[in-house]
Amino acid sequence: MAQRVLEQMKSLEATRTAGGNGPRAPAGNGGGSGWSREEAAPAATVRVGLWFLLTAVTMLFIAFTVAYAARRTAPDWAPIALPPILWVNTGLLGASSATLEWARWRGRRGGAAGVRRGLTVTTLFGAAFLVGQVTAWRELAAAGVFMATSPHSAFFHLLTAVHGLHLLGGLGALGYALRRTAATAPAGPVLGGEDPTSAVLGSVAIYWHFLTALWLYVFFIIWS
Amino acid sequence: MPTNDTTSGTRRSAALLGIALALLIVAAVVTTLAARSRWWLPPLASAQGRSIDQLFIATFGIISVAFVLVHGLLALFVWLYRDRGQRASYWHENRALELTYTIIPAIVMTGLTLSAAGLWSRIHSAPPPQALVVEVRGEQFGWKARYPGPDGKFGRIDARHYNARENPWALDPADPAAQDDLVLDISTTGELHLVVDRPVEVRIRSKDVLHSFFVPAFRVKQDAVPGMVTSIWFTPTKTGPYEIACAELCGLLHYIMRGKVVVQTQEEYDAWLAQTRS
Amino acid sequence: MAHVAPAEAHAGHELSFWRKYIFSQDHKVIGIQYAFTSMFMAVLGGLLAMFIRLQLGWPGRSWPILGNLFPGGMPDGQVSQAFYLAAVTMHGTIMIFFVLTTLLTGGFGNFLIPLMIGARDMAFPFLNMLSYWLYPPAIIVLLASFFVSGGAAGGGWTAYPPLSAVPQAAPGSGLGQTLWLISLALLIVAFLFGSLNYITTVLQLRARGLSMLRLPLTIWGLFVTAILSLLAFPVLLAAAIMLLFDRLGGTSFFVPAGLLVGSVPVDHAGGNPLLWQHLFWFLGHPEVYVLILPPMGMISDILANNARKPIFGYRFMVGSIVAIAFLSFLVWGHHMYTSGMHPLLGTAFMTTTLVIAVPSAIKTFNWLATLWRARIRFTSAMLFALGFLSLFVTGGLTGIVLAQPPVDIYFQDTFFVVAHFHFVMASAAIFASFAGTYYWFPKMFGRMMNERLGKWHFWLTFVGIYATFFPMHYAGFMGMMRRIYSPQIYAHLQGLQPLNVFVSIAAFVLFAAQFIFLYNFFRSLFRGPQAERNPWRATTLEWEAPSPPPHLNWGETLPTVQRWAYDYSPPDMAEDFQPQAAPAAVPTGRSREGRGDGGHAR
Repeated sequence: MAQRVLEQMKSLEATRTAGGNGPRAPAGNGGGSGWSREEAAPAATVRVGLWFLLTAVTMLFIAFTVAYAARRTAPDWAPIALPPILWVNTGLLGASSATLEWARWRGRRGGAAGVRRGLTVTTLFGAAFLVGQVTAWRELAAAGVFMATSPHSAFFHLLTAVHGLHLLGGLGALGYALRRTAATAPAGPVLGGEDPTSAVLGSVAIYWHFLTALWLYVFFIIWS
Repeated sequence: MPTNDTTSGTRRSAALLGIALALLIVAAVVTTLAARSRWWLPPLASAQGRSIDQLFIATFGIISVAFVLVHGLLALFVWLYRDRGQRASYWHENRALELTYTIIPAIVMTGLTLSAAGLWSRIHSAPPPQALVVEVRGEQFGWKARYPGPDGKFGRIDARHYNARENPWALDPADPAAQDDLVLDISTTGELHLVVDRPVEVRIRSKDVLHSFFVPAFRVKQDAVPGMVTSIWFTPTKTGPYEIACAELCGLLHYIMRGKVVVQTQEEYDAWLAQTRS
Repeated sequence: MAHVAPAEAHAGHELSFWRKYIFSQDHKVIGIQYAFTSMFMAVLGGLLAMFIRLQLGWPGRSWPILGNLFPGGMPDGQVSQAFYLAAVTMHGTIMIFFVLTTLLTGGFGNFLIPLMIGARDMAFPFLNMLSYWLYPPAIIVLLASFFVSGGAAGGGWTAYPPLSAVPQAAPGSGLGQTLWLISLALLIVAFLFGSLNYITTVLQLRARGLSMLRLPLTIWGLFVTAILSLLAFPVLLAAAIMLLFDRLGGTSFFVPAGLLVGSVPVDHAGGNPLLWQHLFWFLGHPEVYVLILPPMGMISDILANNARKPIFGYRFMVGSIVAIAFLSFLVWGHHMYTSGMHPLLGTAFMTTTLVIAVPSAIKTFNWLATLWRARIRFTSAMLFALGFLSLFVTGGLTGIVLAQPPVDIYFQDTFFVVAHFHFVMASAAIFASFAGTYYWFPKMFGRMMNERLGKWHFWLTFVGIYATFFPMHYAGFMGMMRRIYSPQIYAHLQGLQPLNVFVSIAAFVLFAAQFIFLYNFFRSLFRGPQAERNPWRATTLEWEAPSPPPHLNWGETLPTVQRWAYDYSPPDMAEDFQPQAAPAAVPTGRSREGRGDGGHAR
């Protein structure tokens, strides 16, 4: 009896190709008269998914913003002094976006080495940003300001923590892009159709720049 | 392989379903009539409650018509159009028909919106100047009330002065207005006294978590929100004892948060007030 | 184009048992995993309801046998107050999030979407697998809360602070509430991953010829629901994070100053309990539409198939799904009329709430019009679909009562509300799930369920559901409050007891009847007769694939769509249906009467 269940499930069959992680094209089939948009342009599919992911993250921060705005109007609002290292962190994150764009530019002109260099620097800047954020928390703690100290500090810690977590995911994405670039290493620009490496880079870049923009937004509302 | 019923099976299912739906209509009507005398809203005892009950009955009438109509059509169609070997009609579009049953519900909804909106703003209008003002406070797990006393002012509340026995309302002893406040426990030893045909504004507080001040006979319900003072005003129209129930889950003993209200004539009320103060 | 046969593409790719059946990336396996897990949770959720009904039917009565079986929850054989509130809370939480949402979006969504749009799998199979594998951990965390000190959360599935924020306010507000929040956060992430997949897949992977306006309504329902989920769930996640910080981090997002729990001042300041309610219901209301839109879509397809007639008014049906989804973001305040929010907001929310009734009415009449001059066959799936119509209408109509604030003053937090949502959610959405199961079981498992048992299941459940929930309206009329351990002490509730006893008995019968379904389901899984490719003679794409579909769903070529999904009883054909993917017919010269916009092959 169990054998038959297994047989039935066998015909359902689980995983597809061995390399089924993240964005990928379908396993070479679907030839003939049927096609789907995905086989023609896998990068486009990842883009669509990515924009919806960003929508979800945006809604999360809209909810936090609403809570923040509602709280700010209360009479007992007393802003805390924010540590200046936050400006440094902002610069680091902005620089990381710049180096990421530089990496993409290098990729379009051919030269995987340039891409890898750019990605590595971006990752370092991103990691430095996170270290800087933690440092900011520690500086506040040293001044006796913790999460529960005041509503302003509560929101500061909340927003920086959630943004930081998403950035950690971004570092993972950068690592993935680095691995992909090391693996395929095209000698020069690929003619016709989108080079899969640049497709990956494009998606990672959208996510990373979104996080930079999100930080600018968080920083702005926390500061004002 | 048989995925369709036999002819008799189809007929049986269609008949069963048609009859069941028809019986459903009958059962709904019969139980509603039976409910009128035993499972219904408690007798009305407030002025605004009359308009609320009227709106409720009107709405109930409308939805009953819709209920009977839809179930009637459903019962009819499952019987009439059971599989008898006929060819189904391919007809699947009729803008005029669709617009009809878009516009009619829209009109009905608009009508309800307008009546309800008018009533709602009357319910939340400012209380009349001659209204009696009382405060009620929900806590885990009972209701307390306080009257402003002869000075007509409520004393300041400060949680630091709380004492369960001596100062349950946490009145600030430094505030002169607090000296003559009359505080009662209306779940156990006392009742909230109101005057018949005299509007009353009930200001509602909470000591700990969310509660809700619900007096079914008055058609009154308003959440008690910690950190806020909410309020509701109404005019009791019948003397007698009434119950307060808590209508917002507030913890383990939420179900025993019963309070007592008594509506009296002005004379009875004055007598009670004089006696209680002494 | 490369003509690589699927089998060759997989030569040498033999996957381990773990990657084939456990950590599978095949949408069909994932869908079935979701469905089985949801069924398990449904039994648990139903069991919790039995405790609730036991207490409400016979308050104060002792049940020694049960006391021995559940000593924690029923010391001395009586349901304890804490366990009652935990049961109420967890029953709601489990049924809404861990059964209906997972079953409809995770189960049906995963299984059906690629098949009905002619794709080989979801856009992101790895993410899909991750999405499912957040679900069991969320369950473990949730169920663990029953066994921690203080027991499971007891603040209702709505978890309003301060009750849920201040641990000393109730026994379940200790570790139990924290675990509840963590569990929900995990599940929300699972839902978000799923939604991402469903949306992207529908947008990007449709077969050739399958324009959006040729999609079956099942897909429209699932697609729009996924967008709803994506936009709404993050807000609850934000609120849950803030509540966790209030509980564990000493912040005061939701807890104001000056609270005294017991005699002890609570060390919080400046938060607002109403903020939680706004954030919660901003998700909470779209959530209930997440639970009704896929059912509406599925019912449309099942009705059309069993009536051998096109769905009536396809465009208005699509439009009303979209309208309902859009409006669902604008009505959340109707849960808060008595909350203390500004009365003008109440007026605004009433307006939007009554407006949202209109597209629901359109759908109801379109379903009825679909039955007019049809050729109805009464399969189990069809019986449940017809039952859905009745239950949805009953539940939807009582919503009109609750939509109006002056009337809602009386009914808010009474059993009238409980009746309302049990009709639209528990009954209607569950009936659609049953209909969908009976209908798609052959495709999922390659076997047929037993029709006779299906009919018994339907009749016992239909009667049982009305018997259980209809009387609750009257309990609400009397003013019986929700989440009440015992209504006995209230004068205005005397005379209620016979009603409660009737409801409890009906509930026991209803719960028992579901075991007919479970027996049928599992027996058919192993011993049901083999299913054909298209046993229901249906038009939609999933029936083009074998029953069950193989790995990658289709053979060498993907289907191409020539027409909409509802060519049942087309006028100039002998057959009473024409599948979406059937080649374009040679014109016979006869005119096609009664064709609306959706009929012509493009």
